[in-house]
Amino acid sequence: MNFVANKSDLKVVGTRPVRPDGMDKVTGKAQFGADLTLAGTLVGKIKRSPHAHARIVAIDTSKALAIPGVKSVITAADIPDIPSEEAFVGEGPTNFRDQSLNCIARDKVLYEGHAVAAVAATSSAIADAALAAIEVTYEVLPHVIDVEAAMAEDAPILFEGMITQGVDPKPTKASNIVKKVAFGHGDWQAGMAEADVVVEGKYDTAAVHQAYIEPHACIASVNPDGQTTIFASSQGQFMIRQYTAKILGMDIADIRVTPAEIGGGFGGKTIVYIEPLAVAMSRQAGRPVKIVMTRDEVFRASGPTSGGTIEVKIGAKKDGTITGAYAMVKLQAGAFPGSPVAPACMCAFAMYDLKNVMAEGYDVVSNRAKVAAYRAPGAPISTFAVESVMDELAIKLGMDPIDLRMKNAAKQGTKASYGPVFPVIGFEEVLEAAKAHPHWTAPLGPNQGRGVATGFWFNIGGESSASVFVNEDGSVSVVSGSPDIGGSRASMAMMAAEVLGIPYEKVRPIIGDTAQIGITGVTGGSRVTFATGMATTQAAERAVDELKKRAAMIWDISPDAVDWKDGEAVPAGANAGGFDPLPLAAIALKAAKTGGPINAEVSINAQGAGAAFGAHIADVEVDPETGFVKILRYTAVQDVGRAIHPSYVEGQIQGGATQGIGWALNEEYIYDKNGRMDNAGFLDYRVPVASDLPMIEAVLVEVPNPRHPFGVRGVGEVPIIPPMAAIGNAIKAATGMRLVSLPMSPPKVRAAFDAAKG
Amino acid sequence: MPRLSYAAPTSVPDAIKLLAGAAGLAKVMSGGTDLLVQLRSGRTSPELIVDTKKIPGIVGIRETESGFVIGAATSGAEIGEHAGLCAAYPGIVEATNLIGSTQVQGRASLAGNLCNASPAADSVPAVIASRGVAIVVGPNGQRSVPVEQIVTAPGRTSLAKGEFILEFHLPKPKAHQSDAYLRFIPRTEMDIAVVGCGVSVTLDDNGVCIDARVVLGAVAPTQVVVEAGAKALIGSKLDEAALAALDAAARAACNPINDKRGTIDFRVKVAGVMARRTAAIAFERAGAR
Repeated sequence: MNFVANKSDLKVVGTRPVRPDGMDKVTGKAQFGADLTLAGTLVGKIKRSPHAHARIVAIDTSKALAIPGVKSVITAADIPDIPSEEAFVGEGPTNFRDQSLNCIARDKVLYEGHAVAAVAATSSAIADAALAAIEVTYEVLPHVIDVEAAMAEDAPILFEGMITQGVDPKPTKASNIVKKVAFGHGDWQAGMAEADVVVEGKYDTAAVHQAYIEPHACIASVNPDGQTTIFASSQGQFMIRQYTAKILGMDIADIRVTPAEIGGGFGGKTIVYIEPLAVAMSRQAGRPVKIVMTRDEVFRASGPTSGGTIEVKIGAKKDGTITGAYAMVKLQAGAFPGSPVAPACMCAFAMYDLKNVMAEGYDVVSNRAKVAAYRAPGAPISTFAVESVMDELAIKLGMDPIDLRMKNAAKQGTKASYGPVFPVIGFEEVLEAAKAHPHWTAPLGPNQGRGVATGFWFNIGGESSASVFVNEDGSVSVVSGSPDIGGSRASMAMMAAEVLGIPYEKVRPIIGDTAQIGITGVTGGSRVTFATGMATTQAAERAVDELKKRAAMIWDISPDAVDWKDGEAVPAGANAGGFDPLPLAAIALKAAKTGGPINAEVSINAQGAGAAFGAHIADVEVDPETGFVKILRYTAVQDVGRAIHPSYVEGQIQGGATQGIGWALNEEYIYDKNGRMDNAGFLDYRVPVASDLPMIEAVLVEVPNPRHPFGVRGVGEVPIIPPMAAIGNAIKAATGMRLVSLPMSPPKVRAAFDAAKG
Repeated sequence: MPRLSYAAPTSVPDAIKLLAGAAGLAKVMSGGTDLLVQLRSGRTSPELIVDTKKIPGIVGIRETESGFVIGAATSGAEIGEHAGLCAAYPGIVEATNLIGSTQVQGRASLAGNLCNASPAADSVPAVIASRGVAIVVGPNGQRSVPVEQIVTAPGRTSLAKGEFILEFHLPKPKAHQSDAYLRFIPRTEMDIAVVGCGVSVTLDDNGVCIDARVVLGAVAPTQVVVEAGAKALIGSKLDEAALAALDAAARAACNPINDKRGTIDFRVKVAGVMARRTAAIAFERAGAR
């Protein structure tokens, strides 16, 4: 059943009820990854490489094993040496062997912080002593950190057998370039020839971390018969189960993963780091093993997203019509293949209706931690460059930057730069709302400037499962397989309540473990409210069908003669008979007599995700003497399809914008000359603090997605895409200077002032 | 397995005895806001921690005939709530209150900030600018030490084994005397100074500066008293020429490093900027007194 209900018909969807997980969280009762301890739990810790690139000559664990209280010491020798095999488990394509080698190095360490051994002991102090007692002999190799240096002819090679894919002719020599990708249509060079004005620029961005507040944490317990339980904080309990089974050569049915509450993920918890090690050690020790990463480990060894360089060239007619667009994107993958270079290229120009467009990119390995997904993976990087160049183009053409974007805006029927033809989308509506917002015309003072930038994200569907249980008192339990990182439990309960016609408070949503609910993909890609919401809605519809059948049985009429209205079964018309309405609770009470419990489970591979667009307006004030950039005002406009719970949609937008502001102004991985990270902590890896930000105004534009029962598009990714360019464009407006390198930190801004003065 | 002992003596002699008698590394703890972080990160592994907060008088502020006595372990929050001190030394108070977060302010102390011996300590330039004196007690008795003589290098102080700071003395401010502290950080709070600057000035009845101290933090291995900066201010009403001379003096006094928090070039330039801006606030406050 596909319908997009009229907003005025909705009773629950679009309201702002209290979140079901709120009480646990504000009272501190919520169980996060580190909060569960079982009898006999051992402390697991990981020995990490001090070198950016080295061959492991030998590992001697005998002294560590001899320490009283040490119950397990493992190295790569203790887990299977699995073959290369493509995986699509988390939020992007990866490889099971790479995941195994990233969890624990086998022959080579590829970055500082790469795990080489792990210990489980009866106390934290004993575990620390055991780590210190493990002797690793390294043969240190030359390392390479930056993407263009890693692409150089004479760069140290991470993988001797790596031959670049996607280039013709196929190279004969190994390099750090994993693959080349290209997306586009038309003839971009011919487009440039048609242009009256051509603007180009080269931009670079730094690697940035998702910086979730909760470090990775898990506890694993293995029985002698192999049955294994894992309690872990992640974006997908099924993801953990699949990776752990594959990496350790276990049957999936032997592993049961219970999702903990999650203290932020942002894409960074869509792969495993510690769970296979905890299981391997629990198996050895015969006791539960808990591993909790430190913040230092999170920075050094868990996925940031790529930094990279982006060259962009855009040509346009005097009236602003873009005739050609080109981008070259080179992204750091970290130590294993898998940068988000493909989505970076696909999203770069997706906001625009272009005849001639091409985005090419390289996925490049270097001696950094393997990247992981981070909110709209890749899109913020390429969009920073594209939307900066669009700003330059508007200046050169003397056009209002929103008008320039409107002139070229993608709309229904536009062939997207990455291939498909757009169905109903809301980019024009977003631009109109941005231009009409009072912010766009508010006065500015000295040293102040305003910038605007836009962004695109596909949103995705995928595998989701949900169950609806009608309880005997008429209350309803909803179980889904999606860890809740953005308020999705509330949204599931609201959609179920809407379909069932009962109050939100009568529906209690929970997240099932891997043995309680069907397979569900990770919470990511802005898919849960869309895809799991679709499964939940369908399960609720099936429950309604069953409730109608039961009413028909009670009334002894045909099920077709029963309607469902406001939570009650009613006769479909006068011919059906003159029965009083039967409320859900009354039907539930008699369930045993009419056929047994009333439940429905739905598992789907949801199709029809609706693409979404955003436009952000930023006002900044720049201190010319210190280079400090203050964000004065910030407005984020976004097509959300339909906001199920508007507060959580606004929260997603504010959170995404905040992370983008950090990416724009201060966040970066800093390495020393030995390839060691120099700022692995929140003191010197500067995420924004509350006082850095104005209230971020989220403006919800609703152009419903016709493929979702309530019109949902997905909202979590888009808001992190525009901030970097919006702020860069605002700095340009305030100072006349174009900053081309992220972060636009005070030393860089001050240096730009000094350079401008000559 | 390493062992750690903790003691909270209730008298100065007991504290000295514990510190002087320790075989291994002994650490004095006031608020512990630096020490506990260093313990957790493994940067320090003392054998003994001597918590001074139970020593009578070491927490609290007294106003005396000659000025103020601030107990070494007095928290930033208490300093910020002391009306007399806020009126007399707004620069010291604002510098102290910049340390850490609201939660950290409940514990962080002047002695801890000083003896942690970070070049970037916020309260230290301000206390030096106002000629604060540390009262140091130890096995050889008590001595008065100008605060600028405590820190000798990053992480090192001039305190001998068994010594610790009992309190700080600040002179009674003269007429038209005031102070200010500014720091530059890439964010708006919860950060470490890239450049810090404390300035104290005394004006005559016509608003002409008759005494000044300019102190920079985070631009050299220790806090730097910028003598030439003080000279640039004395005799002026903070006109353009004085500001330019102060800026130049501050830049010349810098001896910073390139690190993750800022480049040499950036730190030097911003030191001049901070000196000018801090001096302007100190002049305005002094003129209003």
